[in-house]
Amino acid sequence: MNQTYYIYTEQMTVGYDGKPLIENIGIGVRRGEILTLIGPNGSGKSTILKSMIKQLRLIAGTVVLDGRDMAVLRERDVAKKLAIVMTERIRGELMTCWDIAATGRYPYTGRLGILSKEDRAIVDAAIETVHASDFADRPFSAISDGQRQRILLARAIAQQPEIIVLDEPTSFLDVKHKLELLDILKTMVRKNNVAVIASLHELDLAEKISDRVVCVAHNRIDRCDTPENIFSDAYISALYGIENGSFNALFGSLELSAVSGAPQVFVIGGGGSGIPTYRALQRAGVPFAAGILPESDLDYPVAKALSAELLSVPAFSKIDEATEERALERIRSIGRVIRTVPVFGETNAANERLFDAAKTAGILTDADAIVKGAES
Amino acid sequence: MRTGGSEQNRQHTQQARLWIGFALLFVALCGFAFWNIAAGSTTVSLSEVFDGLLHPESPHRVIVMDVRMVRIIPAILLGGALALSGFLLQTFFNNPIAGPFILGISSGAKLVLSVTMIGFLSRGIAVGSVTLIVASFVGAMLSMGFVLAISYKVRRMSMLIICGVMIGYICSAITEFVIRFADDSNIVKLHDWAMGSFASIKWDNVIVIAAVVLPALVCTFLLSKPIGAYQLGETYAQNMGVNIRLFRIALILLSGVLSACVTAFAGPISFVGVAVPHLMRRLFKTAKPIIMIPACFLGGAVFCLFCDLIARTAFAPNELSISSVTAVFGAPIVILVMLRRQKEGGR
Repeated sequence: MNQTYYIYTEQMTVGYDGKPLIENIGIGVRRGEILTLIGPNGSGKSTILKSMIKQLRLIAGTVVLDGRDMAVLRERDVAKKLAIVMTERIRGELMTCWDIAATGRYPYTGRLGILSKEDRAIVDAAIETVHASDFADRPFSAISDGQRQRILLARAIAQQPEIIVLDEPTSFLDVKHKLELLDILKTMVRKNNVAVIASLHELDLAEKISDRVVCVAHNRIDRCDTPENIFSDAYISALYGIENGSFNALFGSLELSAVSGAPQVFVIGGGGSGIPTYRALQRAGVPFAAGILPESDLDYPVAKALSAELLSVPAFSKIDEATEERALERIRSIGRVIRTVPVFGETNAANERLFDAAKTAGILTDADAIVKGAES
Repeated sequence: MRTGGSEQNRQHTQQARLWIGFALLFVALCGFAFWNIAAGSTTVSLSEVFDGLLHPESPHRVIVMDVRMVRIIPAILLGGALALSGFLLQTFFNNPIAGPFILGISSGAKLVLSVTMIGFLSRGIAVGSVTLIVASFVGAMLSMGFVLAISYKVRRMSMLIICGVMIGYICSAITEFVIRFADDSNIVKLHDWAMGSFASIKWDNVIVIAAVVLPALVCTFLLSKPIGAYQLGETYAQNMGVNIRLFRIALILLSGVLSACVTAFAGPISFVGVAVPHLMRRLFKTAKPIIMIPACFLGGAVFCLFCDLIARTAFAPNELSISSVTAVFGAPIVILVMLRRQKEGGR
């Protein structure tokens, strides 16, 4: 199986000062593939990456790069194949961004490291790729963390590697540049047939860009599989030990935990209209009931995560009389109702009747009133 | 293309700065060298200087060559060696105020040297240049060993410097003890040397100095590429293909040899190793080793010529120790560096 992997580990044991942290690791990545490492803080993602790039001494096992044992490969040969973007801060005293990116050419220049015209063109192109031309001339010490991250990526690109190893490359980036970085990686993988190994904290992004995902937790490689098989609500929650909230694998989003207690208000939602209200109530610490939602409704996952009580019916089915009866009873006993859904459609007649009942009873209110009430 | 254009402009200004900087250093070097030949207890005019330099039969030959030149050439070589050693140590420890004197390396060399000299002199054996350098190198490496051990324990820059200064004090104190136990006749000579001076260097020493310093300079220059990589930090340097272990050993040996050679012939000289690389960085607006290595060497030479001129002439006929002059000009620069760091929010 290992023949096809560009880089792979064999029974690799990693750790610090001879003390094993994770034992017997066997992971690998092919060219044209993105492998991401996810897992809780301190689980050893960085340790694995550092061991794979020879930054940390292996406690046992081997890392094989392009068919040869990394331990016997010369540094210079490795440098032409493997580029890194690590979290370690670099000073770059009196160096411009361009200078930093140009250090990627190191393995290709001569004894004194003088750049040829061709080298310069490659560096310019790399800077263009990460859209950093605007600040290429500025001192490296004077730019933001996000810009630094992009320059370090340009540096890695200028190195013309066959594999790029990135340790939490998206940490300092804003939304736009996160997407941009991942887009650049995807392009490099597709066009240049590069292999990528990255550790990521953003599960939603990991889910979207990874060809395969390695889950590191509890001092072992917990799983290594396709994102389709990894990203389930239950597994991710267990992997990270999420107790105060929940993870929604479909949206890749996190929800805080529901406010428990007797519901103080009933929210008639649907079609995504209820979500802002659910969140507002959760923030204000008001337990609420939500309904009546088919499981296929856009509101359903958030309502399920945040409501103290949820009245729902199976996906794509009509609301049955029993559920409607129960909802009406709850509305009466709770005594306050918020309507968020702007129009009741044909299939939503039951919710419309609930709303009418509440209106007649004069117990309609809105989220603002409830939140203010909770604050005072 | 925008990048190309401004990058080219930047290159042009950098190129211009390079020429101007090196021209400036070269002019200063020649200027101070002539001034040094001319000035002193016997003043020599410019035409007499040339006469003495060019004609072996000249009446000014003795004063120009055997009194003044024999002091100027080691000042140039050793000044350059000190600055270079400082630059290497700053790179190694990633610390802008590291230097052979501040880290106690010069004082370590001084200690082993005094012990060796007293041992030899009390048995009536003359001490040769090579013995001096070897003893000095051993001392430098011992101090370096301590500093390295400390640098693995403490990561903070300032702590490393404080420990270095302490090592320096300990070594100096022990040296004082040792000198007290020496024969009276040797005390004066040892004491002068222990304060730092270019006065007692002979022509045959100069040859040895050149034979050590110049090859070390060439070796350092050939290492400028990995030094540049190392400036980004160990992680990236390794990824660029630098064999970190070998490189670190080379750096330690080179900076040790350079500072040992200085201490062996001129005693410990303070602050040149810190001040000069900093001045050169400001002058050339770069930290690129391929520029910094020759610049530091030239700058160190100029700095030491200037300081030696003051040491000889300021209170003539009394001579100051070179170290007190370099401290007057060098220490404020070190303070400036630290203040600047503070302002930039550095460590």
